[in-house]
Amino acid sequence: MRLTCPLCGERDRREFYYGGDAMALERPAPDAGDVAWNDYVHLRDNPAGATRDLWYHDGGCGTWLVVERDTLTHAIAKVTPASEVAR
Amino acid sequence: MGYSGFRILKEGLFGQKGWKPVWRDPQPKPEYDIVIIGGGGHGLSTAYYLAKNHGLTNIAVLERGYIGGGNVGRNTTIVRANYFLPGNSEFYSHSLKLWEGLEQDLNYNVMHSQRGLINLFHSDGQRDAFARRGNAMINQGDDAVLLDREGVRKHLPYLDFDNTRFPIYGGLYHPRGGTARHDAVAWGYARGADSRGVDLIQNCEVTGIDIQGGKVTGVQTTRGPIRARKVAMVAAGRSGQVAAMAGMRLPVESHVLQAFVTEGLKPCIDHVVSFGMGHFYISQSDKGGLVFGGDLDFYSSYAARGNLPMKEHVMEAAMTLMPMIGKARVLRSWGGIMDMSPDGSPIIDKTDTEGLFVNCGWNYGGFKAVPASGYCLAHLIATGSPHDVAARFRLDRFRTGRGLMDEEGTGSQHNLH
Ligand SMILES: Cc1cc2nc3c(=O)[nH]c(=O)nc-3n(C[C@H](O)[C@H](O)[C@H](O)COP(=O)(O)OP(=O)(O)OC[C@H]3O[C@@H](n4cnc5c(N)ncnc54)[C@H](O)[C@@H]3O)c2cc1C
Ligand SMILES: [Zn+2]
Repeated sequence: MRLTCPLCGERDRREFYYGGDAMALERPAPDAGDVAWNDYVHLRDNPAGATRDLWYHDGGCGTWLVVERDTLTHAIAKVTPASEVAR
Repeated sequence: MGYSGFRILKEGLFGQKGWKPVWRDPQPKPEYDIVIIGGGGHGLSTAYYLAKNHGLTNIAVLERGYIGGGNVGRNTTIVRANYFLPGNSEFYSHSLKLWEGLEQDLNYNVMHSQRGLINLFHSDGQRDAFARRGNAMINQGDDAVLLDREGVRKHLPYLDFDNTRFPIYGGLYHPRGGTARHDAVAWGYARGADSRGVDLIQNCEVTGIDIQGGKVTGVQTTRGPIRARKVAMVAAGRSGQVAAMAGMRLPVESHVLQAFVTEGLKPCIDHVVSFGMGHFYISQSDKGGLVFGGDLDFYSSYAARGNLPMKEHVMEAAMTLMPMIGKARVLRSWGGIMDMSPDGSPIIDKTDTEGLFVNCGWNYGGFKAVPASGYCLAHLIATGSPHDVAARFRLDRFRTGRGLMDEEGTGSQHNLH
């Protein structure tokens, strides 16, 4: 698998560190309660198909990226710097 | 149908034409007492123990593909009871005891081979951790022997003991650990369940779970609707999709784990050997192939095939540990979808929907769990209360933070196990 980093171009998977589901960007308020925090930390949609997750360009520019890809085919649809996605 | 040496000889003389299918291929009935979603090792053993231990036989196992086509037929077949934490310890200990009587119980040769498992260590700190784990195993009533370097050399003379990065200090030896023939385990349980009256229904994908007033009433399938009073979700890597049909999100992410096998060789590796520092483990199948694997590819996937970087990593670890393996030729590699839970331990529990049960989170270690998982889920379904040895496998432990079982000590978070 190869990811196209918006800053560095197309690079091998070895250069990236996987950071899990991109829902990590939607952190609940500290006092949101255990249901909201359990949803955030543990529960997952775990889709078979289109997903959004975080990758860190460890062996490159050091940018966190939001990657839209397919968990069934490993095809990559879109790569965006996380700073543009997170509010 | 009986199996014997004489029978094999006789069938050989008559062109193998006398063998008959060992389970029926029934049409789904409109209604069952219990429907089990997923005909993998865990679904089949659940049906078997419901019938055998609890006398419940109006049961269907619904399998979207064919029996044995999931992870139960894709794993590297290691069977062991070398866990450390309360919860896992008693459960896997119980499972190993069931393994030891399984062939008699099923009257089926699952080729369970207790050839011994050796976990290598490479530092003083790791030795201490393994000594502690060995003591936990002995406390549980299982067997563990701490081997020093020379002790390991007696068993495994072919390792590279003086590797500069990971010199071998010793190993934790678990004599009752070993392997079993994975397909045979599925077939043995399938035959046992079928002969007690359970309907095994293949090519039958569950597409919906019917819930009315907080109570499960049945399932929708590609072969029509089926009513049921109780439904168990036992779909391993596909647990997330199945639970979604009941409006649930699980603490599970699906990841791909790869495995490899070489051409058949004469016997050369007598044990199961694991080299944790290199993320590598190996055994030799009865057919002679060296069966080995490593870690997850480490990103969520349902592709059931892996990427090259992990293949490269596994081959490098193999060469580091046992240079002789460089002469063997790899025949093929494959992947399976693992239901990874945040703490690396499983879930066998009721859900908030009455009559709906969940069994998932087996990570990369669910093959050895097949007997005890079915045994305990059957107990839960039949009696309504958890079996003693699975009492800690609660679904809500992540929300409450109570009773987490993080064997690796890496933190109860996705992507760390
Ligand atoms: C490469 C690899 C190596 C492994 N090595 C080991 C090992 O050495 N030791 C060990 O203990 N464990 C090992 N494991 C883990 C072990 O194989 C799994 O944890 C275990 O097999 C999972 O349980 P199962 O047998 O019930 O799963 P499966 O056989 O995958 O059964 C689940 C079944 O559910 C069916 N299903 C899914 N969705 C639906 C639906 N909607 N409707 C109907 N049916 C459905 C699937 O088709 C499948 O047949 C390994 C796994 C892999 C991939
Ligand atoms: Zn970059």
